Order: sequence, then structure tokens, then C-alpha cells
Amino acid sequence: MNTMEFVFFGICSLIALLGAIATVASKNPIRGAMGLLSTIIGIAGLYLTLSAEFLATIQLLVYAGAVVILFLFVIMLLGPSALSKREARGPWARFIGAGVLFVSCVGLGALFLRGQPGATTQFAKVPAKFGTIESLGHELFTTGLIPFELSGALLLVAVVGAVAVARGKQIDPTLLSAAAEAKGKEAQS
Amino acid sequence: MNAIPLEYYVIVAAVLFFIGTVGFLIRRNLLVLLMSIEVMLNAVNLTLVAFNRMHSGNHTGQIFTFFIIAIAAAEAAVGLAIVLAFFRLRNTVRSDDADLLRN
Repeated sequence: MNTMEFVFFGICSLIALLGAIATVASKNPIRGAMGLLSTIIGIAGLYLTLSAEFLATIQLLVYAGAVVILFLFVIMLLGPSALSKREARGPWARFIGAGVLFVSCVGLGALFLRGQPGATTQFAKVPAKFGTIESLGHELFTTGLIPFELSGALLLVAVVGAVAVARGKQIDPTLLSAAAEAKGKEAQS
Repeated sequence: MNAIPLEYYVIVAAVLFFIGTVGFLIRRNLLVLLMSIEVMLNAVNLTLVAFNRMHSGNHTGQIFTFFIIAIAAAEAAVGLAIVLAFFRLRNTVRSDDADLLRN
């Protein structure tokens, strides 16, 4: 049982990490989107080991089903120009990236050294109904009701804003009717 | 389902976040930048859910994750719309070409 769990955890985290590397490193954005998909699936598996079944479902539905598909639509809408030609940044940007990686590796190493070797935090036994739709929904509609409603408003605004921004140039309908009237007058006279 | 220690999840999330950060800093394709942001958000979500599993008396971390997923979806939609509008304007998706305000 324990080894099975560790194997599942290892596979899921490996899928997530390899997918993240593919997302960041691939030249073709379609491959990047596929890497993002594998990251999301791996993290959904990790949610399952944390007994957050509802969130794993939401992760697959919203991220894999909506966000990645949206990315793919935009990549295909842009066509071959989604591949930017000169990909490599200047030396200073690489320097910043390498610096951030170095600093974070040093921080992670310092954290490892500070902790006692081999000391890990085990989870307590999972309570009944932890992470189910029922209990999460109850908490969402009691303590988190106002943020929940606000996030609905935010999503509506985001939909309208995305449509308005992506629509691009369009002819003003009032101008159009004015032009039609002018044309009609010309035809009459 | 409680054999794996908390630290393993935190380490995986930290490495994911680093990968996302470095990708955001070294890439110049706007689509890849947005995807790196998604990777970072997923790493943060993983830590929230793991710590919620640690303090399993309530669901605060999972509710935070729920809202972060909703906001990430909105962010992806608006960000991709901006990328499309930028592409119409300049016919490229390189972030270095977004320099209309420079002098």
C-alpha cells in the first residue's frame, strides 16, 4: 500500500515536472501547451493523493478542458507566426534567469540544511468527508459566500473584456447608418 | 492515503515554481510567458492543498485554490485576448516588440 502510494506520487510529480520543463523549453508553442497539459494532469494526480478529489476534478475540467484548449485555439489562430523567429534573448536576460535559478537553488539548499536530516512531517489521518463536493460546497456557501459571488462577477467582466479586446477594429454602427442615410439622399437627388 | 510526507509536496511545488519563474524570465514568446504563469499558479495551488491536508479541520486552502483556478481561467482568457490584439497591431508575438510606448 505504502509503496504503491509512493510510486503513484513519483509518477505524478515526474509527469508534472517534465511537463513544466517542456512548457518552458519547447520552441513550438503547441508542444508547450502539451507540456502544460501534462503538468496539469500530474498535479491533478497529486491532488488525489492529498484526498482533494473535488479539486482534482475541477483542475481537469477547468485547466485541461478550458485553459489549454484556449491556448491551442489562439496558437492555431496565429498560425506559423506563433513561433517567434529570434527566440534567444540578449545576454542580460539570460543572466537574470540564471541568477534567479542560482538564488532559488541556494535558498532551497539552505532550507534543506536547516532542517534535521530525515525529519519529515507525516499527515494525520484524513477526516471523513474531507475534500468532497459536499463539505467543500458547504464551506464555500457559508464562509466564502461573498468571494464566491465576487468571483462570478469577475468571470463575467473577464468574458466581456476578453471579447471586447480580441474583437479588434470594427465599424461604428452609428456611422454606418449615417453613411447609409447620406447615400439614400444622394440617390433621391 | 497519508504515507507521503508534506515536505515532498512542498519540494515538488518549489521546483515547479522555479521552472515557471525561469521560463517567464528567459523566454520572449508571449504565449510561452502566459503558460509559464499557469505553471507558477499550479505550483502555488499544490502548496495550498498540501498545507490544507496538514490542517484538515477546515477547507480554507482548498477554497483558496478554487478561487485561484477561477482567476487563472479569467487571466488566461484576458491575456490571450491581449496577445491577439497585439498580434493584429504588430504582426508578432515577441514580447520585445511590445515597445510602442518607448519614445
